Amino acid sequence: MRSLRDVIRNSQLWRSVFRHAAPLDRRTRVAVILTNVFLHLHPVSISKHGLSLSYTWCMGGITFFLFVVEAVTGVLLMFYYRPTLEWAYADMMALRDVVSLGILRELHRWAAHAMVIAAMLHMYRVFLTGSYKPPREFNWVVGVLLLVLTLLLSFTGYLLPWDQLAIWAITVGSNMARAAPLVGFEGPGASWLTVDGIDLITSTSDARFGLLGERFVGEFTLNRFYVLHCVAIPLGAGLLMAIHFWRVRKDGGISGPL
Amino acid sequence: MQGHVSELENLAGVSGFLVGWYLIAALANGGAAVYWWRQRRAPGGAAGVQAWLPSLLWLAAAAGFLGLSAVALSGQPSALSLLSLPQPLRDAADRVLGPTLVMVGAVVLLVGFYFGRQFFVRSGVAWSVLNLALLGLGLSLTDPDFVAIVARPDNVPIVGLVFLLGFFTWLAARQAVRNDRRLARHEPPLEAVDQQRVLVWPDLVYIELICMVALMTLLLVWSILLKAPLEQPASTVQTPNPSKAPWYFLGLQELLMYFDPWMAGVVVPALIIFGLMVLPYLDVNAQGNGYYTIGERKFAYLAFQFGFLVLWIVPMLLGTFCRGPNWSFFGLYETWDVHKVEALNNVQLSERFWIDWLGRPLPAAPAGAAGWQQLCAVMLRESPGLVLLGVYLLVLPGALARYSRPIWALRNRQGRCRYWITLWLLLLMALLPLKMLCRWLFNMNYFVAIPEYFFNI
Ligand code: HEM
Repeated sequence: MRSLRDVIRNSQLWRSVFRHAAPLDRRTRVAVILTNVFLHLHPVSISKHGLSLSYTWCMGGITFFLFVVEAVTGVLLMFYYRPTLEWAYADMMALRDVVSLGILRELHRWAAHAMVIAAMLHMYRVFLTGSYKPPREFNWVVGVLLLVLTLLLSFTGYLLPWDQLAIWAITVGSNMARAAPLVGFEGPGASWLTVDGIDLITSTSDARFGLLGERFVGEFTLNRFYVLHCVAIPLGAGLLMAIHFWRVRKDGGISGPL
Repeated sequence: MQGHVSELENLAGVSGFLVGWYLIAALANGGAAVYWWRQRRAPGGAAGVQAWLPSLLWLAAAAGFLGLSAVALSGQPSALSLLSLPQPLRDAADRVLGPTLVMVGAVVLLVGFYFGRQFFVRSGVAWSVLNLALLGLGLSLTDPDFVAIVARPDNVPIVGLVFLLGFFTWLAARQAVRNDRRLARHEPPLEAVDQQRVLVWPDLVYIELICMVALMTLLLVWSILLKAPLEQPASTVQTPNPSKAPWYFLGLQELLMYFDPWMAGVVVPALIIFGLMVLPYLDVNAQGNGYYTIGERKFAYLAFQFGFLVLWIVPMLLGTFCRGPNWSFFGLYETWDVHKVEALNNVQLSERFWIDWLGRPLPAAPAGAAGWQQLCAVMLRESPGLVLLGVYLLVLPGALARYSRPIWALRNRQGRCRYWITLWLLLLMALLPLKMLCRWLFNMNYFVAIPEYFFNI
């Protein structure tokens, strides 16, 4: 057995893929991290307490893993789902009743809840270990933006099933924009924004209209939220995550006593 | 929204779950008994009766849970009373529970936990609390009204969140207490003891792999057991009552009880995001960087826990579990009754001031007055609230720094700019519980009420 493993690991094919010999000594183990595009997010070595689950709770990693689960199940869902008033709900039913292994929606929804929870807990951990203190202040700021994007991802996704739960939750949420100071037509100060007696901020030109694409949650809203949910916000979150991870490394790895 | 399910129908639905629930609790307690039995030989462990008492206790708990599991398995109608909380107890819980009590209770719990942390972080205490929570949830699940709200698919993760938050708050406090004891003896925190470096391959990469497999398993089991909700197709004419935002925004929706949408929906979220982002720049305490401690950052700990647990999590739970039709408050064991009305005879501060205290009508501009005259009249009418708010935000921070020694020290450490931003954020955070109290005690509606410009605070 032993020799078969060695043969495989020293074959031309294996070495062309992994660019190092079997990771049995310190040198090749370092090479594992340095030569692999996925693993090189990691440092080569870390201090022992950074390894312990009771310190980081692994929560940042879990949040990221859940994001990846969302991306994969999300792409699969996109194969079946059409974001139109005609089809959205029907496609939901089909996903439940017709598609084989019908737990795709479940996986996506529960992982989404879990991701929100994990991001909250990760922030909690970072606060409790004081890891936002210098030199990590800016990475905390990036983290706050990531939390906001995580919530927005979940919020925009909430509309897509196009059932009663969906549209009314989004209606309640987006009604707030109607009351935004200055830019919402029922917000304080909006009535002052007039030109020659014509109101600039009306129910068809205020912040909520911009969010929904119409005066009430409807067809354009569904399209808008679909694009935000499947393209715009994931791209933004992905970008911020890249910055976040890079900064974890540049700020000296997992925090620890100075 | 809630169907009327009888207790027996409900029992038939949940008994299978309860069998598993109590079985797991029994197993966990069995494990705890073994663990504590082994622990008795640990250095510094108790001797004599004290040494085996905990094991005996957890063994008894395990037996109790096993018994409950067996009762649930029998599924007999006569088992119902054994598996539920007594009805008078449930009624009493529903009667005393209310938004103000929940919020005040949360603050009391937080302060109690903070001062009693040496006690609460002990394993035995934590284990007892967990057992009580497992038992309480189990006994509540035979109540149809409780199940109707807690077992809604989207609410299940929130029940999980409660347990997770409890666990992690405990875990962090436990490590903090340990570290604080070491720091008091001038020893470095535990995180500093083992500064040896290890290679990421294989040590970290394998932990990550195991985490991923475990989590994926959990997600798969969860997805198979619990269906994602799909309600009636969207209808713009049928408004469900209550209409709730997604769960993580329910804290803000709860704020709508006390503040207008422009505050609850726009200003407060913006302030939360702003406050979180500037937090690292406001906290100038260099200690407690990279290890668990409470003693070295008491103020930061309390302020953050107040904001996170009391102002975000607790109102969110309230909105999720206790708000029913018309956003009325319902106890956990109460049937959602669409006709439940709560008396709303709230008054504005200006009405209290002018009419009740001075015995005059509200100041108003004469009919047909110019715009600026009307504005002046409104300002005069609302002057009590405006003055109060001005004192609260503009005078109080300065006065506090002047007359309180610890706060003066804080101001000196932070510098003027950081100090004022910190105080404003804290005072604005405190505005919510203050307003709740005023609502409760004086039926106060708005401190400043200018409906003319949609400006109410
Ligand atoms: C989508 C959300 C997020 C992802 C995927 C993510 C991921 C990670 C990961 C993998 C780490 C490495 C250490 C660990 O696992 O704990 C980390 C560290 C960190 N994160 Fe996040 N994070 C997210 C959100 C946040 C939020 C909401 C905050 C704070 C508001 C935050 C602040 C930080 C800071 C300051 C560090 C450095 C901590 C240290 O060195 O101990 N992150 N993040």
